Amino acid sequence: MIPVETLVKPASERQFNVNPADAPTEDYHDIIFQLEKEGEWEVQRVPEPYIEVETKFGRKKKIPINTTWHHKSCGQCGHIPGYSTSIFWINRKLGLDYLDPTDQTSCTAWNYYASATSNVAAQAAVAMRNFAAAAETGYFPIIHCGTSFGHYKEVRQELIHSPELRRQVRDILAKLGKKLVMPEEIVHYSEWVHAMRHRIAELQVRDMSMVAATVHPACHYHKLVREDAIYDPEIYGAQRTAVITATLKAIGVEVRDYSTWYDCCGFGFRHILVSRDFSRSFATQRKIEVMKEEADPDVVVTHDTGCVTTLDQSQFAAKAHGRNVGVPVMSDSQMAALAMGAHPYKVLQLHWHNTDNKPLLEKIGIDVEKAWKEFEDEVEKIKRGEKQYLTWEDVDA
Amino acid sequence: MALDLSQNRYAEVPYEEKERLFNEVKRDMRFDEYLYGCYECGICVAACPSARFYDFSPRKIAQAVAREDVELFYIFLNDSIWDCSQCFSCDRCPRQNSPGGLITVMREVAVKNGLASAQQALEGYGRIVYKIMSTGTQVSPDMLQPSAFPDWGPHVKEISDNLDLWRKALPPETLHTTETGWQVSDKTIIELYLIWHHTGVMDMIKEVDEGLFMILADVMEERLEEEGYDVTFD
Ligand code: SF4
Ligand code: SF4
Repeated sequence: MIPVETLVKPASERQFNVNPADAPTEDYHDIIFQLEKEGEWEVQRVPEPYIEVETKFGRKKKIPINTTWHHKSCGQCGHIPGYSTSIFWINRKLGLDYLDPTDQTSCTAWNYYASATSNVAAQAAVAMRNFAAAAETGYFPIIHCGTSFGHYKEVRQELIHSPELRRQVRDILAKLGKKLVMPEEIVHYSEWVHAMRHRIAELQVRDMSMVAATVHPACHYHKLVREDAIYDPEIYGAQRTAVITATLKAIGVEVRDYSTWYDCCGFGFRHILVSRDFSRSFATQRKIEVMKEEADPDVVVTHDTGCVTTLDQSQFAAKAHGRNVGVPVMSDSQMAALAMGAHPYKVLQLHWHNTDNKPLLEKIGIDVEKAWKEFEDEVEKIKRGEKQYLTWEDVDA
Repeated sequence: MALDLSQNRYAEVPYEEKERLFNEVKRDMRFDEYLYGCYECGICVAACPSARFYDFSPRKIAQAVAREDVELFYIFLNDSIWDCSQCFSCDRCPRQNSPGGLITVMREVAVKNGLASAQQALEGYGRIVYKIMSTGTQVSPDMLQPSAFPDWGPHVKEISDNLDLWRKALPPETLHTTETGWQVSDKTIIELYLIWHHTGVMDMIKEVDEGLFMILADVMEERLEEEGYDVTFD
């Protein structure tokens, strides 16, 4: 019989012991190195120095610090460019060396998940072309998009299990003059932010302690190949991923919980473009309104492209219908950069976001009108032809 | 809209044809990892966003396929799979299934076989496929047009009015683009086109959208020819 005390024990007192043997898949590290020995591919090592973290079932994962190759996200770069700009800005502030390559395509997973106009071989070839391009530079890939990250982990699984697929992709890459190279780890940028959070906090110049945030963990980060996502006993007893939450805590933001944290944002790939009633309703009714009611946050923080877009953009129509919405949405990279003193428009590029973020900025002591004028002055200079672009030097002037 | 599961809905389609498509799904290399059977517990449904909004159930799909119910499979293949939002919340299945992954495979089979339902589901989606395949980035700044996103409010117009200037006001050098997410090198694009060529992706496009296929083939063949590749996508 189960003792009744066990059943009524509050969740916070329960202990969950992770065991790598419980992971649903075998440890990819052993297999990728074994395949390297057999001459199937090369493994690109995580460069030293790296930070070791724990994933869901207690396996270790190496997160590179320096010499990173940034596999950008099309949705971030295209529609919320302050997201990626903040990642680069943090690297620069920390004095790190990184590459922002032009020899990179997107993962093309929209064609895979949304329209199914792709196939396993094409997706694997696109992924491995990008990895080969990274390896050629000697820099280690960091993936900005949650979907690319999740999808590349699926591709790794497929390649590990199918000699035929490996042969097919190896042959295609050979025709492009490229080698088959598997990175030792597939790393999401938010894992890098997570690993660097204490160094970020050391350079913090803005007090964030009056800010309350809710966290939306991205589905394609922690649900796809879930055994390879970062968990930490200090964060929700390792019952949900530690990325974002640990970063926010490190910079002094109060993280508030809400009941629908596991729900997706409603992005849906096809839906955000051609069935937006679904995305809008789900994002506002299952996420934003629940957050407002249960946690009343100043900001929603997430770590993937579609989540920022859907959670932010969907609020406009809901507001017009008088719903209980109105919380700005940002990435963890933007929040970290903000704490480190980044300019809200020159770096965070918040004018590309939709929901009003002024109350949040004012709460942390930013003169919003002055900051916007500083940005507009720069835009004027570009308009008058006095400068071609806003540069990194301008940003920190 | 309620999903019609009556058995005679697709009575005019021969059973053999339905079975052929079913077997195509089963033969996919991902199938054995995506479906191990089904407890019919409904945990996937509880986690599924599309199930909250549509008459849609990953359990029913997993169950029908696990029971090899070819008739039901065919109904889902046509009338259900496109409602899935591919979030993979259903990957918490205690049977280790991935109903979302199974749906990805079913969608590919629907596309490859040019099912009318797939063509309909992808109507209005052609410009995205075109963008991805021809430029190497799938979302571009110039997609932010008020006519495309009327429910996102006036800020979309503000962005599109200021697009050129605001792109120049981005410090990363690769982001000064408007037609692509970032600047993609010529060599990279050529390599991408060659990947499409070697993996038969264009055959799939041809099945669902002949017009899109022709435009894409023209653009890619011309570009490849300029680089000295004699490639045709037919
Ligand atoms: S969670 Fe898994 S076992 Fe349960 S109904 Fe869904 S597919 Fe079947
Ligand atoms: S992947 Fe599809 S079936 Fe699975 S939970 Fe998400 S919407 Fe539902």
